[in-house]
Amino acid sequence: MASVTPDLNKRDADVIVIGGGLHGMSSAFHLARRGKRVIVLEADYCGRHASGVNAGGVRTLGRDLAEIPLSLASRDIWHELGELLGDNAEFTPSGQLLVAENEKDIVTINKRVALLESHGFTHEKIIDGKTARELVPTIAPHVCGGIWVKDDGHALPYRAVTAFRLAAQRMGVAVHETTPAQRLDWRDGRWHVTTPRGTFSAEHVVNNAGAWAAEFAAQVGDPVPLEIGGLMLMITYRLPPFVKPVLGAAGRPLSFKQFANGTVLIGGGLRCPVDVIGRHGEVDFIRLASSAQTVTDLFPHLRELPVNRAWAGVEAFMPDNIPVIGPSLSSPNIVHAFGFSAHGFELGPIVGRIVSELVCDGTTAHPIAPFSAGRFRPAPAADVLDVQAPFSIPTGVPR
Amino acid sequence: MSDINVGDRYDLAVVGAGPAGMSAAVTARARGLSVVLLDEQEAVGGQIYRNITRASHRALDVLGPDYASGARIADSFQSSGAVHLTGASVWQVGRDGTINYLRGGKVGSLHATQIVLASGAMERPFPIPGWTLPGVLGAGAAQILLKSADLAPSEPVVLAGCGPLLYLLGWQYLRAGVPIKALIDTTDTTDYVRAAGHLVEALAAWPTLKKGLKLMSALKKGKVPFYRGATNLAVQGTDAATGIRFTAGGKDMHVDSKVILLHQGVVPNTQFTWSLRAKHTWNDVQLCWTPDVDAWGKLDGLPNIYVAGDGMGIGGALAAALQGQLSGLEVAAVAGKIDAGARDSAAAPLRAELSKQLRIRPFLDVLYRPKDANRMPADAVTVCRCEEVTAGDIRGYVALGCSGPNQTKSFGRCGMGPCQGRLCGLTVTEVIAQARGVSPSEVGYYRIRPPIKPVTLGELANEA
Repeated sequence: MASVTPDLNKRDADVIVIGGGLHGMSSAFHLARRGKRVIVLEADYCGRHASGVNAGGVRTLGRDLAEIPLSLASRDIWHELGELLGDNAEFTPSGQLLVAENEKDIVTINKRVALLESHGFTHEKIIDGKTARELVPTIAPHVCGGIWVKDDGHALPYRAVTAFRLAAQRMGVAVHETTPAQRLDWRDGRWHVTTPRGTFSAEHVVNNAGAWAAEFAAQVGDPVPLEIGGLMLMITYRLPPFVKPVLGAAGRPLSFKQFANGTVLIGGGLRCPVDVIGRHGEVDFIRLASSAQTVTDLFPHLRELPVNRAWAGVEAFMPDNIPVIGPSLSSPNIVHAFGFSAHGFELGPIVGRIVSELVCDGTTAHPIAPFSAGRFRPAPAADVLDVQAPFSIPTGVPR
Repeated sequence: MSDINVGDRYDLAVVGAGPAGMSAAVTARARGLSVVLLDEQEAVGGQIYRNITRASHRALDVLGPDYASGARIADSFQSSGAVHLTGASVWQVGRDGTINYLRGGKVGSLHATQIVLASGAMERPFPIPGWTLPGVLGAGAAQILLKSADLAPSEPVVLAGCGPLLYLLGWQYLRAGVPIKALIDTTDTTDYVRAAGHLVEALAAWPTLKKGLKLMSALKKGKVPFYRGATNLAVQGTDAATGIRFTAGGKDMHVDSKVILLHQGVVPNTQFTWSLRAKHTWNDVQLCWTPDVDAWGKLDGLPNIYVAGDGMGIGGALAAALQGQLSGLEVAAVAGKIDAGARDSAAAPLRAELSKQLRIRPFLDVLYRPKDANRMPADAVTVCRCEEVTAGDIRGYVALGCSGPNQTKSFGRCGMGPCQGRLCGLTVTEVIAQARGVSPSEVGYYRIRPPIKPVTLGELANEA
């Protein structure tokens, strides 16, 4: 495709994407592929928060049933990311292994895989302790089995955001950094988005604002109970290679991987407080200590390994831990995709495509019904069931 | 003295046992606050007075009277009744007053109502070709070896760069009998001309100026080969340094030496203040970041956390001690131990003395301003030593849309190694600013992440 130079002076487009994270960039990329003129509004710089600083797991393993079809479709794209974007974001199909450390864990994983099979999903495989040790020879002897997904892996988060951004920019997508969207107004058949750097307008708006998405959802009449939380990770000094797959644990929180450069990344759903105004997650070392405990239990030889850095990404959590994906229920020409609750990285490539289908075609073949913003509405009383919701655009509160 | 230690809670915690930290502790303790001072070393002194309580007579003689004068302040600290946690490396300071540290292989934690950060200065990076070779050392690091272990190179050395510490070390080496092959000074005639504009102010600090002149004349008397206005510095060697090449007086020169000591000034150590997300301002004269503080050293926008000493801007040991006392007074006032009147009347003479001490700074800062070429090197020069990222790599990231140091981490791991960006941070800021054609203020600095000092998984796991 011929390269188009983005015009940063242009204030109007077909679609405005709010948020320059992985999902925003994937939306912009897929929309541009469908021939749309796209403006991305990013409050900070692209990939600044959850998208750029997460653990980089490309994981279908252990997902909510509702997410599995999307995650499998997304993983196919990960395997072809290099061809699609010209940069594979160092996606490594290392496999992911969830280890069982005792009999209770074995029962848990057997139940899990039986449930998946009853729904026709066969990507998660039960393995025994011997096979686990073949996959990870250095693991502690008490590990007695696990779930193995060989086509999962990991990638570099910020590289992935940048790869989507550069590919989108080559197709003419205009990315405005340090340009926070503030107010959304529907006027004369278009959305007008106010920012400190002026007003932008487009027929469609995509809400990919991550931790800050609830504010825009509320502005367009779709209030959601989004909670902003920090998610902690730590990384160690370099060590000679000793583990290839990404590891999780069945009985306690853990996400663990060694990068090609030898550093070891340790996380696993460890939440911490967030300074919302400062857009900063405050690392709580007491909780990280429990991760260090899990890691040194599984790999006793890592006790002497120094931690180089710990940090926290700022992420959007939904009460049911699955995202909001779909058109607005209250306003025209709005598509939401946010609230990935600390496991949105793998879904980035497919959700952008789904967003582009919703914008361009008004529908998608992917099963997104479980992700509707409507699931948080109180069940309507019988007498208003047939009443069409009045069309209202609440005015937003500028920040 | 029953109020000294209230378990793991203190009225004041001081980080760093240099002149600023000791003075803050002494001042607050004298007003009745419970004080704990944490420092990595086994004895007080910080870097400037390193090992002062244990120095041999020979060491005191070699290092000179300025060093020896540190004993007074160390004595008053040791009799102050403040708790001194030696060998404690602080790896996290929280906005809530929590201090996490490592001591004897164990993680410890304490809480203080107020905190004074006195983590001092560090040597400015000197990124020139070959600066990462074994045999190349900072002059400051070499001086620490002299102070802490009475250790001097057995090989003849080359000193290169600029700044008072470089000449001081040369003088100390002369006294210790270390042969100096050359002193390669990057200061040129234009620097002297520019600095002359600040000479009148500097004369007010005549004792300091006189000391500097004495060092220079001693070096001359010692017949140290002296090259002025040196440019195009490049350390030679493949596996280790074998010599240094440079241009001086229009001629390409070369000096063989296995020990090359580089120095172009010191800069505030701002790791803690950045990790606290304090506001910082780019200082275009000292070419470094300084945290935004009020007249007592209190960090702008943070409750009860202060910076004293070189960590707030380079002023030297005597200024640091005064700044420590000023912070200590405000800490005592906030704690309700003295009123504003007592605080201000005690502060007045300190402020007068401080402004006297700082009068020579503009002269020194202008005279010894490190050259652009030695701060923003050519493409092939390594900037981030831990992850082996060159200046050219960084300029390449800028072309891809990288606007600041934090993105260089993501583009190429720049600044993500064990040094936590200490050895590359300023260079990265300036290289990006230059490539983007904007000021360093617009480019910013790394977000500094805990642990500020390394902690192992095992040490951390013991806390679970």
